[in-house]
Amino acid sequence: MEDFEVGFELNKMRLANPSIGALVSFVGQVRDVNESDTVNTLTLEHYPDMTEKALAAIENEAKTRWDIIDSLIVHRIGTLKPQDQIVLVVVSGAHRSEAFKACEFIMDYLKTSAPFWKKEATNQGEHWVEAKLTDDAARARWKQ
Amino acid sequence: MNIKILYFARIKEAVNYSTEEITLPNDIFTVTALKNYLSLRGDIWADLFNGKQVVRAAINHELVDNLANIKSGDEVAFFPPVTGG
Repeated sequence: MEDFEVGFELNKMRLANPSIGALVSFVGQVRDVNESDTVNTLTLEHYPDMTEKALAAIENEAKTRWDIIDSLIVHRIGTLKPQDQIVLVVVSGAHRSEAFKACEFIMDYLKTSAPFWKKEATNQGEHWVEAKLTDDAARARWKQ
Repeated sequence: MNIKILYFARIKEAVNYSTEEITLPNDIFTVTALKNYLSLRGDIWADLFNGKQVVRAAINHELVDNLANIKSGDEVAFFPPVTGG
């Protein structure tokens, strides 16, 4: 899937609404090392019919919890290599505090409920990346 | 009843296909019951669905737990814990 241009996406959201006073973004990129193996490529599989619904549900939940103006999630799929961008989250609001929290919330929920799966290719072969307990813990912080 | 089942990631690779349409016996109407039913298909299936591995489920594109009900015409998906982002 096509790469995204962070500056373009930020400016698009920022300039769409003059009430915006804060713009927070997160970019995830492919690391060259994971679990001590050198990563050659990372392939992302997803569940197309569920992905959009899951991401929209996460954004809606963020909007009910915080006073934010707009949000954007872009997640790449297919085969990527180290230093490629994987994911972009942008949140805008009147003030920074709510936008920071909403951005972190969106990432924590994305990592634990959006239907994406990573497979790494290293010199030792291919393997599926295991889910991390730390990601579950990060999500649990936001329980209401 | 008839349902569609989708498999993803390492579960898809283990069972060696991604989608099937099956007719379930009348007494299978929860995710747990469906997992137990699939685990009777053989060693690979038993290994996936006997409860030792974490297998998440979605019904009609919504994450559900093992107690969720399955209705005729549902699209049920099985997959490992997600690892995006």
